[in-house]
Amino acid sequence: MDTAEREKQFQEKIDSGLKVEAKEWMPENYRKQLMRMISQHAHSEIVGMLPEGNWITRAPSLRRKAVLLAKVQDEAGHGLYLYSAAETLGIDRKTMIDQLLSGKAKYSSIFNYPTISWADMGAIGWLVDGAAIVNQTMLARGSYGPYSRAMVRICKEESFHNRQGYEIIYQLAKGTPEQKEMAQDALNRWWWPSIQMLGPSDAQSKNSDETMRWRIKVESNDTVRQRFIDRTVPQAEAAGLTIPDPDLKYNEETEHWEIGEIEWTEFYRVIKGHGPCNRKRLKARQDAEREGQWVREAAAAYAGKQRARAVKAA
Amino acid sequence: MTEKPENDQGQLWEVFIQAKPGIAHKHAGSVHAHDAEMALASARDVYTRRREGTSIWVVPSNMIAATTEQDADSFFDPADDKAYRHPTFYTVPEGVKYL
Repeated sequence: MDTAEREKQFQEKIDSGLKVEAKEWMPENYRKQLMRMISQHAHSEIVGMLPEGNWITRAPSLRRKAVLLAKVQDEAGHGLYLYSAAETLGIDRKTMIDQLLSGKAKYSSIFNYPTISWADMGAIGWLVDGAAIVNQTMLARGSYGPYSRAMVRICKEESFHNRQGYEIIYQLAKGTPEQKEMAQDALNRWWWPSIQMLGPSDAQSKNSDETMRWRIKVESNDTVRQRFIDRTVPQAEAAGLTIPDPDLKYNEETEHWEIGEIEWTEFYRVIKGHGPCNRKRLKARQDAEREGQWVREAAAAYAGKQRARAVKAA
Repeated sequence: MTEKPENDQGQLWEVFIQAKPGIAHKHAGSVHAHDAEMALASARDVYTRRREGTSIWVVPSNMIAATTEQDADSFFDPADDKAYRHPTFYTVPEGVKYL
C-alpha cells in the first residue's frame, strides 16, 4: 500500500471517530504534531508547579497549605501522565526534558508571569486552570488514544484545582476592602494572559488546520476561548469583581460575552522568551535537573547492585 | 555498576490498578523506575493519589507482547464465522423459560 492510500484510510478512520493507538500506522506529521503538543503540555505542567510552589511556605493557613501542596503534586502527576503519553509516539522522556532545559521546547507562556500575592494562587486555580479545563475537555475528545485518556484523567483532577482557586478568590473578594483589592488586582493581572493561553486566534494559528483535520483538536482556539469567557464572566460577577476589559459586553442575540481586542504583541513577546520570568523558570528547571542528578545515579547504582546480587545468588 | 547516563530515567513500567477488591486490574499508564519497588512507589504517587486503587501491578514495558494492527484481521478471524458461540444463535420455542 502506498503512503497516499494509507493516509486516505487513516483519514477515514479519524472521520469515523475511531481512536488511533500507539503502535498503529500514522502519518509522520500526525506523529510530529502530537509530539509537539503533548510534550509542550507536559512541560507546562512541570513549569506550572513553579509559580505556585512559590507560595507553599507562605500559605495563610494549614488548610490552604495542604491544598496547595496537593495541587502542586497533581501538576507533577499530570506532567508524568503526559510524558508517558508522548513516549508512546517514540520519543524518550529524557530527550523531551533536554529539549525543555535547552530552551528548544516551549511551555505555556502563562507560567512566565510572577505570583506576587497570595491572591494569585486563587487567580491561577480559577482562571488558568479554568482555561485549562475548557481546553483539556476538548482535547479529551481527540483522536489519539493515549493523549485523550491522559486528558480524561487530568480533567477529573483539575476540577478540584479550579474550585479551590475560586474559593480563595471569592473569600478574598468578600473579605476586607484590602482583601477585595488583592483579589481584583490578581484578576487584573491574570485575565488577559488566561485569555491568550488558549492560543492564537483561528486566523493566526499556523497548526490549526492540520490538527483539526486529524481531530487532534476537535474545536478551534476561538471556540474554546469563547466557552471559557462565557463560563468565567458570571463567576467574576458572583464574587463582585470586575473583568479588566472596558469593552466587555453581553450579546443578547448570540448569548455570548464579547471581549475587547486581545493584545497579541504581548503574547508573542512572552513566548519568544521576554516575559517577566522566562529566564527564572528555565533556570529553576535546570537547577532541579542538576541537583537531582545524584539521586538518579544512586537509584540506578542501587538497582544495578540488586540485580548483580540476584544473579550471584541464582 | 552505575548505569550509563542515557539510562538515568530508569526503564519504563506499565501500571495496572485494581480499583476495588474483586475486580480486574486495569491499565492506568506507565512510570519510569530503576526497579520494581521504585516502580510501585511511583505508580502509587502518580496514579492513586485519590484512593483509586486497592492493588497495583507493575510490569516492565518491554516484557509485554502484543498483537499488531496489521495482523489483527487475520489473527482474530477464526472467531468471525462462529456465531453459534453466542446464545442468541439458538431459537427457543415460545413460552419456554429459563434458557
